Amino acid sequence: MNKSRREFIKLSAIGAGGLVLANPLLNAMIGQVNAAEPMDASKIKRFPTYCEVCFWKCAGWVYTDEKGEIWKIEGNEDDPHSNGRFCPRGTGGIGMYNDPDRLKTPLMRVEENGKQTFEEVSWDKAFRFIAEKMNKIKDESGAESLALFKHGSGGAHFGKLFKAFGSRNITAPSYAQCRGPREVGFHTTFGSNINSPEPVDLENTKCLVLIGNHIGENMHNSHVQEMSKAIDRGATIITVDPRLSTAASKSKYWLPIKPATDLALLLAWMNVIVTEELYDKNYIEQYAYGLEDLQAHVADKTPEWAEKITTISADVIRQTAREMAFHAPATLIHPGRHVTWYGDDTQRCRAMAMLNALLGSWGRKGGFYFPEKAKVPSFPHPGYPPASWTWNDYLDGKYALAGSSIANVFVDMSHPDNESDHKIKGWFVVGTNLISTIPDTERTLEAIQNLDLLVVVDTMPMEITGYADIILPECTYLERYDDMRLSPNRVPNIAVRVPAVKPKYLSKPSDWIVRKLAKKLKLSKHFNYESYAEVIDWQLKQVGSSLAELKEKGVLKLDRKSPMFLEEDDYHEFGTSTGMIELYSLDLEMEGFDPIPNYTPHPEPPQGYYRLNYGRAPMHTFGRTVNNPNLNELMSENCLWVNPFVAADNNLENGQEVWLKNQDGVVSEFPIKVRVTERIGKDNVYMIHGFGRANKKLKRSYGKGISDTQLVTNVMVDPIMGGTGMRGNFVSFVTDKPESEVVS
Amino acid sequence: MRYAMVIDTKKCVGCSDCVVACQNENRVPIGYCRDWVIENAKGTFPNVSIELRSERCNHCENSPCVRCCPTGASHYEEGGLVKVTRHECIGCGACVQSCPYDARYSHPDGFVDKCTFCHHRISEGKLPSCVSVCPTECMYFGDLDDKESKVYQLLQNRDWKVLAPEVGTKPHVYYLV
Repeated sequence: MNKSRREFIKLSAIGAGGLVLANPLLNAMIGQVNAAEPMDASKIKRFPTYCEVCFWKCAGWVYTDEKGEIWKIEGNEDDPHSNGRFCPRGTGGIGMYNDPDRLKTPLMRVEENGKQTFEEVSWDKAFRFIAEKMNKIKDESGAESLALFKHGSGGAHFGKLFKAFGSRNITAPSYAQCRGPREVGFHTTFGSNINSPEPVDLENTKCLVLIGNHIGENMHNSHVQEMSKAIDRGATIITVDPRLSTAASKSKYWLPIKPATDLALLLAWMNVIVTEELYDKNYIEQYAYGLEDLQAHVADKTPEWAEKITTISADVIRQTAREMAFHAPATLIHPGRHVTWYGDDTQRCRAMAMLNALLGSWGRKGGFYFPEKAKVPSFPHPGYPPASWTWNDYLDGKYALAGSSIANVFVDMSHPDNESDHKIKGWFVVGTNLISTIPDTERTLEAIQNLDLLVVVDTMPMEITGYADIILPECTYLERYDDMRLSPNRVPNIAVRVPAVKPKYLSKPSDWIVRKLAKKLKLSKHFNYESYAEVIDWQLKQVGSSLAELKEKGVLKLDRKSPMFLEEDDYHEFGTSTGMIELYSLDLEMEGFDPIPNYTPHPEPPQGYYRLNYGRAPMHTFGRTVNNPNLNELMSENCLWVNPFVAADNNLENGQEVWLKNQDGVVSEFPIKVRVTERIGKDNVYMIHGFGRANKKLKRSYGKGISDTQLVTNVMVDPIMGGTGMRGNFVSFVTDKPESEVVS
Repeated sequence: MRYAMVIDTKKCVGCSDCVVACQNENRVPIGYCRDWVIENAKGTFPNVSIELRSERCNHCENSPCVRCCPTGASHYEEGGLVKVTRHECIGCGACVQSCPYDARYSHPDGFVDKCTFCHHRISEGKLPSCVSVCPTECMYFGDLDDKESKVYQLLQNRDWKVLAPEVGTKPHVYYLV
């Protein structure tokens, strides 16, 4: 067998002529301050930022102490994402800066004595290497053969570099591995995407319906805050989840549904609302298309029919449907976020959208509001060159309703089995650990072995960094400027991020990395500025503000230009083919899919196997925080939730370590501790996503718990938009340590 | 004046933000904490419920830690706060053993440390950092002698409990249930 071109490098880097090892900062321990009595208040400074620990991007203040070191991070009271209160991850973001395992210097893959390892190199050498490889790929296959995978603020800078270089092949796993199906499900119904943050009026809702959505465990800050207020107001919460989630524990109704049957429940709810004529008649008459088709479609989807499928009693289905209708239009079926479950996810999300439509909650107080976004012009730059092809040409009409690029399709375009003319030869991976985010790791690795260039940009060593040809250490968000945050919200607003401290080690901000690399690629005309502060200041001045003002305020709120909700008898044009809310989707019909969702049964776990479910913990964001010293302390490993009966059947004890084997014989690399709990039923097991890190450079988190992604080998692709359904994997317990496996 | 904290277990989601905020604010070394979060589950699937609550020093009216301190480092302050004067503490750990809530820890610098209700913040009119950071706003802080205060009102209008009432410490942290 050929030696792997890209061995996963687990060992420490070798030093290159004292280049970086001479830097005493490299040996600094976690920046821990002695527990002194209160410090000199006059020396405390604060800097505005928005958080990068998750995608919610809460705006806040970074406080530095008398030594100029980061003391704490707090929310900005004017910020609609945080309302002055950061979540544990944002509060613990300081650990991202202090983590001694951070990437400290550019690293290049070299071969020494027949063994591949990383060598510390200068930024200049790194740029020369990358530019040469990029130009070679461009000469041989065209600039389009370079692809960018990105997540977070750093990726935006690289997006500009890619466009300037001539490639539009840019993607993010946050679409096809996460929220994509709900975007299409809602767009085919209301003609609008959901986007982020979701425009849900939790603050005013009287009835909140959560379908597998575990707000509170997913720490989507302002939504958690608003749900708490809803609890205070005595709002009804209906939670559908096979597990007693935190939200379920606070609900009036917890429906412990049989996994993979949600669509049957949603259809039965619509059956009750339509047959009992509980829907919003004026709203539907004025805005909706296809009610009669829907009536006919759900006529036989009775609660009794759904009871047999979902295990939820017909009475409870009727009762909850009536309660939703009672509170309508202030009833909110939350669209959720990570919705790539079973491969028919677009249709499930669409059924949720349709239920909202029947209740009249779209564009209504207590339902969904119309968000507004601050409009700020881009910093001037010459036009980008055209690209001769994109991922869309590769797909040739497939997944036509996908509103964004599909990360797993980029893996396909890079894989040796791609026989089309549209081939990807090089990857930039910025701020996303693809090994953990895209399922079917084996296929991703086959694609990686087929690349001519793999550049990874991150703050931390991850699994993906182990496969890189070159690793570029990005500094954390606390050490850099970035683009302004312009997320849509109730009130359009602008938040800025400015550095509170200088970049540690040799790490650099993405905008600097991109500018320097652009120079080597002779693309500097596209990046005509000396500092990103200059860009932000120019942009802010176009809207009558300035960076100086935002340094004082952190967040700038602007006036709305249009109403937040539909007004009585208001004419409203929806972005669908008919201009109406489509209960019957013409777009789906045109593409050959069910215009109204149907329930299809999904495979059940075989004897001795349990469905593998996974979710979030409030103190972690994917795998990116598990090594953070502050957050690791709150949860340092995941555990496997197991029902007591299942534990007894398999002779498992609380706290016992087990390995998991999936339906395809894949065994987890590490063991996981069993947590015997009544909070979960007998047909599934549950774990927090993000653990089981396999890179030894992550000293705190290496080998702690297991990675669910590793066990997701059955990927059910959504035929409508290409999303990767990941909840159809079944596991059994392995109690004796398996033969050690060599990770190639 | 009688300082008290009232924590609504019906709203707490167990996120542990209170723990991190406290660690930052009070420079608690990594590996130690002044507050923490407990989950208690009751019942059998699917008739199961959980209670989540953030715990810390109860600033008891009848504090075993103050009684047993050989140097007087552990003491009461205005409003019933229980505090440790670091330079008087010899680190003997008697108070750590005596606390029925396990709310104290021995700081690596040689003294015993615990929650102060963020005395330095409340004396400036701010809320304790755990209260001010909590995304669910499930924590309330105030003066129980003030009948207009939110803490007083909540205890009047809601069911509540204190932890281990049987040990007779008269805690000043209350849990709404």
